[in-house]
Amino acid sequence: MSQEPDHGRTVAAHGSRIDAYVDRYAARATGMVASEVRALFAVASRPEVVSLAGGMPYVTALPLDVVGELVSDLVARRGPVALQYGSGQGDPHLREQICDVMRLEGIEGNADDVVVTVGSQQALDLITRIFIDPGDVILAEGPSYVGALGTFAAYQAKVVHIAMDDEGIIPESLAQTVYALQTAGSRIKFLYTIPTFQNPAGVTLNAERRGQVLEICQRAGVLIVEDNPYGLLGFDGDPMRALRADNPDGVVYLGSFSKTLAPGFRVGWALAPHAVRDKLVLAMESAVLSHSTFTQLAVGEYLATQPWREQIKTFRELYRERRDTMLSSLEALMPAGCTWTRPRGGFFVWATLPEGLDSKVLLPRAVAERVAFVPGTGFYADGSGARFMRLSYCYPEPERIREGVRRLAGVVEQELQLRDTFGTGAYPDHIGVDTPGPDLA
Amino acid sequence: MSDLGHVLVLAGGLSYEREVSLRSGRRVSEVLRAAGVSVETRDTDASLVPSVLADPPSAVFVTLHGGAGEDGAIRSVLDLLSVAYVGAGSDACRIAFDKPTAKTMVRSVGLRTPDSVTLPKETFHDLGASAVLGRIVERLGLPLFVKPSRGGSALGASIVRSAEDLPSAMVGCFAYGDTALIERYIEGVEVAVSVVDLGEGPVALPPVEIVPVDGVYDYAARYTAGRTEFFAPARLSPEVSAACAEMAVTAHTALGLRDISRTDLIVDAEGRPHFLEVNVAPGMTETSLLPMAAEAAGEDLGSLCRILLEQAAARGSA
Repeated sequence: MSQEPDHGRTVAAHGSRIDAYVDRYAARATGMVASEVRALFAVASRPEVVSLAGGMPYVTALPLDVVGELVSDLVARRGPVALQYGSGQGDPHLREQICDVMRLEGIEGNADDVVVTVGSQQALDLITRIFIDPGDVILAEGPSYVGALGTFAAYQAKVVHIAMDDEGIIPESLAQTVYALQTAGSRIKFLYTIPTFQNPAGVTLNAERRGQVLEICQRAGVLIVEDNPYGLLGFDGDPMRALRADNPDGVVYLGSFSKTLAPGFRVGWALAPHAVRDKLVLAMESAVLSHSTFTQLAVGEYLATQPWREQIKTFRELYRERRDTMLSSLEALMPAGCTWTRPRGGFFVWATLPEGLDSKVLLPRAVAERVAFVPGTGFYADGSGARFMRLSYCYPEPERIREGVRRLAGVVEQELQLRDTFGTGAYPDHIGVDTPGPDLA
Repeated sequence: MSDLGHVLVLAGGLSYEREVSLRSGRRVSEVLRAAGVSVETRDTDASLVPSVLADPPSAVFVTLHGGAGEDGAIRSVLDLLSVAYVGAGSDACRIAFDKPTAKTMVRSVGLRTPDSVTLPKETFHDLGASAVLGRIVERLGLPLFVKPSRGGSALGASIVRSAEDLPSAMVGCFAYGDTALIERYIEGVEVAVSVVDLGEGPVALPPVEIVPVDGVYDYAARYTAGRTEFFAPARLSPEVSAACAEMAVTAHTALGLRDISRTDLIVDAEGRPHFLEVNVAPGMTETSLLPMAAEAAGEDLGSLCRILLEQAAARGSA
C-alpha cells in the first residue's frame, strides 16, 4: 500500500469487495442483492408472527400416515426403478394420470405431449428459456405471480402488464396493448396468465372473456402460457374450463400437484403442442437430465391408490372456511378506504390501501406487531403497486387469520395517522422489486 | 477441545435484523468450533430459559442485533439466570443502544458528534409536521441524516439533501421506530473502529474504511458481497487513524462498555472524526466490519472470540 498523504488521507491500493468474483457475474445477476423485505420475512417465519404472507398449502390436512406407508412401500417394491435415473420427459404412466387430472378442466390432452417438471416453476423456466431472447416482450397480468416475474427477469425479458379487474384480464386492454406493441415492432413472445384464482389477485377470468382472450391472441399470433395451479381449488360449482381446452395449438398449459397434493414432491408439468414439447424435453434434459423418478412414482402411486378427488374436496372446504374468515375479518376490522378482492377459490386476497399509503413502508411496523403480508411491489415488473398487498389465507388456522387481520388493521390505522401528519406526497412509489423466497411466492 | 466447556451462541431473535443475526451467529459458531470450542447455537424463544437452567453454558456469545439483543433485555435475562456473557452489561447496553443518549454521553467527554434533534412521531402529529420540519432544516441545515433512534443495519435511515425530501425520509424512519434522530450529515469518509478488550484494557483494531459502490451504505450495500469496497486498514494518515482509534476507545469507556464494541464514525474533509453511533453486538457476518478489522490486525477471529468467552466465564455472572 502506498502512503502518500492526501488531505489527511493516504492513497491506497484496491480495497476488498469480499467477493473475489464480483466483476465476473453476468448482467442478469446484477439485481441479486440482499433486500430489506427479505430480511423482514426472516422474522415472519417465527411462530409468534401471523404470516398472511406465505403461499404454502396446508399439507397437514393430508393423510400423512397413508402417504408415509405409500412411500415406504414404493421403495420396498420398486426401489431399483424409483431410485434410478428416469426419462427427460417424465414417467409415462404418471403422464397418463396427469391427463386424467386435466380432464377435470375440459382438457383432452395426450400423454405424449406432457413433460413432467420440477413443479410448474421449472416448466415456466424452460418455456422462458426456449422462447425468450433478451429484450423480447412477455405480456402478463398486472399484478402477476412473483416467481414468474423472477424467471422472466433472469432471461432479461421485458414484461408488459395487462390491466385486470375483478373478472380477470380486461380484453380491450389486452387488444390495445398487443396492437400498440406490434405496431411499434416489439416481439411479443407470449401472454403469461393465471386465469383461475390468480396469484396474487385472487380473481378469475370469466367464461366470456376466456373466449375473447383466446381470440385476441390467436388473431395476433401470440402464444398463451396458461399457469393453473389453483384451478381445482374452487369454492363454488365445477372447475372452470381451461383456456387450453379450447385451443390446443395456441396454449401451453402448466399444471402442478403442489396445491392438490403437496409441494414437497415438486411435481408439475407442461402440456404443449408437439414441436414445443420436443424443445421442452431437450431443455429439461440439459437442465437436470431427468426429474426425480422417486417423487414421480410416489405421486403416481398416490393417484392410483388414494381417493385424491376426495382429498381435493377436503382442501377446498378447508380453504373456503379460511377465505370466509379472512373476508369477514377484513370487513369487520379494516379501516375505511381499504378494499379487497373476494376470491372464489385459491389462496389469496389482494387488498388495496387507502390513497397515499405504501405497503412496503407498512411492512416493518406490521412485523413489529407480529403480522406479515407481501407488499404489492413484488408483483409488478416495474416495482409499482405500492398501494397493494397480498394476504394469503391458505396456511394459518382461522383464529390466527382473524388475529392477523386485527393486527394489520391496527398497523394501517397508525399509518393513516402518519400520512395525515406528513401528507400523501411523503409516500412515493418505490422502484425495485423485492422477491420473497420460495415459501412466500 | 478447549477447557472452556460448552458455550452458547445466541442468534436470531425477533428484531428486524434477525437474518443478519443468524448469519453472525453461524459465523461465530464456525470460528469457535475451529478454535476448539464446544458450541451450541440457539434462537431466543420460549425454550431458552428452561434449557439454560437445565444445562448452563460456561458463557454466552450474544450475536443478536437490534432490539432485545442490544438494548440490554437479553443480557438482563442472562443476569437473572446467573450466566456469564461476552460484552457490555444490560445497563450500559440500554444507554449505548439509544443513539441520542449515546451521543449526549460521548459529547460530555469531549467527543465530536454531529448536531442533531430527536423527536417522536407524536410531536409531528401534535405540532404539525411542516412547521417542525421547517425549523429543523433552518437550524441544522442540509444535508441531513435521518434514522430511527434505536436500531441498526441502516434500516429506516436515509440522507436528505433537499427540504422537500424530508417528509418521506421521516415516514421511512418511522416505519422502523417511533422516535427519529435527525442529525446534520457530515460529508466525508465512513469509518468503523472495532474495540476489543482482551484483558489489558480496551484496544482499537485497525479502522475499516467503507466505500459503497453506489455511494450509499444501505442494507443491500451492507449485506451483498461486492456492493461495498472495504479498506482495512482505512486509507487515513497515521494521525487521523490514531484520532479515530482514540475516539472509539473513549466512546467504549465513556459508555461503560465491556469486551467488544464497534464505533461508526465519519472523517470530514479536514481529517476530523465525528462520532455517529456505537454497536454493542457488532455484526460478525462475512461482510461485517469487526471480522475485517481483526484480520487486518492479524488476529484470528476464532481465537479472539474464544478469549472473550474465557474472560466472560472467569468474570462470572452479574
